[in-house]
Amino acid sequence: MTTDLLFTIRELRVNNILNVNHLDIKKDKVTCITGESGAGKSTLMKTLNKMITPDSGEIFYKGTPLKEIDSVQHRRKVIMLSQVPLIFPGTIKDNLIMGYKLNGMKPGDDEILKQAIHNMQMTKELHEDAGTLSGGEKQRLALARILLLEADVYLLDEPTSALDEDTEMMVLDHFIREIKKKHASLLMITHSNKVNEQFAEERIYLSRS
Amino acid sequence: MENSSIIDIELWRLISAYLFVLLLIFIFKVRGIARQKMLVMAAFRMTLQLVIAGYVLTYLFELSNPYLTLGVIFIMEGFAIYTIYKQAGTRLSVSLKKTIAISMITGTVFCLIFFNFVVIHFEPWYDPRYFIPIAGMIIGNSMTGITLSVKVLLNSFTSQRDMIEGALMLGAEPKAAVKPYVNHAFDSAVMPTINNMLGMGIIFLPGMMTGQILSGVSPLLAIEYQIVILLGILGSVGLSVIIFILLAYKNFFNQDAQFSPEGKS
Repeated sequence: MTTDLLFTIRELRVNNILNVNHLDIKKDKVTCITGESGAGKSTLMKTLNKMITPDSGEIFYKGTPLKEIDSVQHRRKVIMLSQVPLIFPGTIKDNLIMGYKLNGMKPGDDEILKQAIHNMQMTKELHEDAGTLSGGEKQRLALARILLLEADVYLLDEPTSALDEDTEMMVLDHFIREIKKKHASLLMITHSNKVNEQFAEERIYLSRS
Repeated sequence: MENSSIIDIELWRLISAYLFVLLLIFIFKVRGIARQKMLVMAAFRMTLQLVIAGYVLTYLFELSNPYLTLGVIFIMEGFAIYTIYKQAGTRLSVSLKKTIAISMITGTVFCLIFFNFVVIHFEPWYDPRYFIPIAGMIIGNSMTGITLSVKVLLNSFTSQRDMIEGALMLGAEPKAAVKPYVNHAFDSAVMPTINNMLGMGIIFLPGMMTGQILSGVSPLLAIEYQIVILLGILGSVGLSVIIFILLAYKNFFNQDAQFSPEGKS
């Protein structure tokens, strides 16, 4: 098994939702996943994050069968962001710190946290209540939170669906520049043609089986 | 009875107390609330159950046999566990039922042993006059505590599924992903006991104390018992509920650390 591939997927079947015979995902690339609703895009992403165990077939992560890797250790390196942004009760700072804690890392100091928020085009302060943020701000907070972590792969499920196009482009541009610096890979589900055209280095289209 | 100050209620006076039931039936009828049947049933069952309990307890006290005492405790535990299963609804998986039984028995038995042997210390150790009422209070309160925590835990696992899965996706250990909801379930289960302690003696005199005072025991002795009983209940509720939730959350994760609010079957 060659290891310049990030994920190797063979004969994958999940719950009659997803049916992928042969799919390779390359390392260090930005891969955009598009497709009709109900095609199983989120399901595919969850199987890569080990949130779903496939009914049959094999997934290899850097050449190792996914079922031989500990789920929690895998998710710490292959982080996923679901469609609904995860906001914990408390301030923006609490939310950023929660990311570090759940991921098993030591939290960064306030300067780093502040910078992370501002990089996401947010004008909020750390002590502000995260519960009152708008949908778009919650998505950006969730993105800022995972960007602070040391992941190898980022799996994003429609991460900027609640943002206007200009902000969406700026936020993703920053996000991708940062993960390139970390030599991490990005897999992103998107419905935006513009995002797909501008950022995708590899493209996957899922159709309903 | 060594203490003769208590008045024995004559039969006709006792029956006169049932006028309160008639009063309620009248109110229900006038207001058009369809509860008469249930009230009659409740009054009937209360009477029957207490009469039986009175004779059974008299019999047990006279025999004062260790096996009989332990048998009664065993039946109480069984009934309490069965009540939790019924109260919690139909969604309990087999492994969760096991967890409930284990935590109920370990929590209450530990507290009961400590309470009987250290705090009150009566002889012989199986004296049903002490053992049975104390066990009743400890088991009954733990039962209520576990029922509450089961309900709160199942509710928040269903409603907060996205939050729990979102935390797992970031690489959270299952324990960390459910921690806020597990803590909430513990808190909800012990709050009634703590509230009860806050109002104690001012807003209400608990049943046991009322009973003791009515039967001629000095209020000072009655409060001694009340204090230790309340502390015993607190400990027993806390212990059985913490054992329950620490074991229970694991039922909701599979070997791949994937979460399911219905639990493993």
